[in-house]
Amino acid sequence: MSSVSELYQSVILDHNRTPRNYGRLEGDARHARGYNPLCGDECTVWLKVEGDTLADVKFEGQGCAISKASASLMTMAVKGKPVAEAAALAERFHDLVTGKLNEAESQALPARLQVFGNVAQFPVRVKCASMPWHTLKAALAGGDAPELVELK
Amino acid sequence: MTATAPTLDVGLVRAQFPILSTTAHGRPLVYLDSAATTQKPQSVIDRVTRYYERENANIHRGVYALSADATAMHDASRARIARFINAASEREVIFTRGTTESVNLVAQAWGHATLRTGDEIVVTAMEHHSNIVPWQLVAAQRGAVVRAAPVNEAGELDLEGFQRLLTKRTKMVAVVHLSNALGTINPVKRVAELAHAAGALVLVDGAQSVAHLPVDVQDLGCDFFAFSGHKLFGPTGIGVLWGREALLDRMPPWQGGGDMIGTVAVEGSTWAPLPAKFEAGTPHIAGAVGLHTAIDFLAGLDQAAVAAHEHDLLSHATERVGSIPGVRLIGTAREKASVLSFTVEGVHPHDLGTVLDADGICIRAGHHCAQPLMRRFGLVATARASFSLYNTRDDVDALAAGVEKAKGLLA
Repeated sequence: MSSVSELYQSVILDHNRTPRNYGRLEGDARHARGYNPLCGDECTVWLKVEGDTLADVKFEGQGCAISKASASLMTMAVKGKPVAEAAALAERFHDLVTGKLNEAESQALPARLQVFGNVAQFPVRVKCASMPWHTLKAALAGGDAPELVELK
Repeated sequence: MTATAPTLDVGLVRAQFPILSTTAHGRPLVYLDSAATTQKPQSVIDRVTRYYERENANIHRGVYALSADATAMHDASRARIARFINAASEREVIFTRGTTESVNLVAQAWGHATLRTGDEIVVTAMEHHSNIVPWQLVAAQRGAVVRAAPVNEAGELDLEGFQRLLTKRTKMVAVVHLSNALGTINPVKRVAELAHAAGALVLVDGAQSVAHLPVDVQDLGCDFFAFSGHKLFGPTGIGVLWGREALLDRMPPWQGGGDMIGTVAVEGSTWAPLPAKFEAGTPHIAGAVGLHTAIDFLAGLDQAAVAAHEHDLLSHATERVGSIPGVRLIGTAREKASVLSFTVEGVHPHDLGTVLDADGICIRAGHHCAQPLMRRFGLVATARASFSLYNTRDDVDALAAGVEKAKGLLA
């Protein structure tokens, strides 16, 4: 196992203490709730889609440093991006935290997401990092109705 | 005349647990999760190994000596357990897979035959899910209702609130003896008196208590008592349901199969007498044999010395961890044992668990299968350190240092 300082890099600690895009979108914004029944952590992602673009993204939730930082950095990574690009990034992120990307593939990801590559060394924490992205995918797929993503 | 406080030779105890001299991530293992499962002494490991190496046969079957001997060992374990919990008879000791299966057995065998629409089962707000969900299942089948007695801010059962729930509709009171999430010791003897006065039966979840408190089922006055072998220094997959013989006799079987029958005909079958009626199929023989040795191990120690040592560990932990700024102790019952549940401001329990793990320290982080209790305290999760007789003040000091380290990193 890697040392904990490799897991808790400064960017993760910063976004844990001061999450960005934290809160909810009003009106008829799409949203989905993610929940990890193993630990009780939860995360709700709100989306505002204009045309093919994710015009705004916010999140709220209770969780550990890994999940909160992952959600915060996710909102920054996908805000303003085409919907298809955000969905593709969600897939790449999952590959990253499950250790499926080689170094070149990891480095092709946005720099601030690359720190989550170390999560692959901590198998019990992979779901913490991936839950916000699963919730984003559910929100993208789910129209206006809330959708519960139960992670196994 | 001065009484000398008995002391436990912890070094001697630790030497009997081979896992305690291993390392985790290159650091000496500091195991503070005995409420999840205790480690196993060499005597239990050796006993189970010997059983499989030299004594294995199915029981109640063979006309050969090997099988007869295995049957005798299985019976001897039951007798040892009966003596350990002061059961009136060995027929009252049913082997199960563990506490969870024991509760499910009562919920289904007793509950399904007995409960009627509108009947009530009273649990407490500090129950483990395994003493809530089996009741919900049978309640849904029978149109009964599950109610939870309140818990006060210290994590103690609110006895007045509990009494208010007792009515003529109450048919069962299911209560934990020693809370896995808080360490609270419940006044189960008083609970049983109150429940019986209301005409209800009482099941006690003894999963945590058997390893920390003397258990005399007749003195407790309950009707059923459930516990697991693996939290009592024994193997996983073996547990016990104790029940009053008259009640067990009236209950229909739960699972059908070999060993639990009198005679079988396609038109219908008859049941074996207790305890076989509730033990369908080949049991966990090695588990029963190992549990026998585990009980011998615990009973072979000076009980007063063990209690004093565990009390010292909990007080030391309460002082050391509780005095760290930002730490909130969850569960401060006057009667408490073996568990320190807490939160740290700015540090999520899972992050704390990961930081401690890197230093070889094992704690539990999460809801401890007690979500209604977490909700009661407005929490999703806590960190939990739980102590056993093999832990030391050094283990507690390592925990406190780890909490400080996690605070420095994350808070």
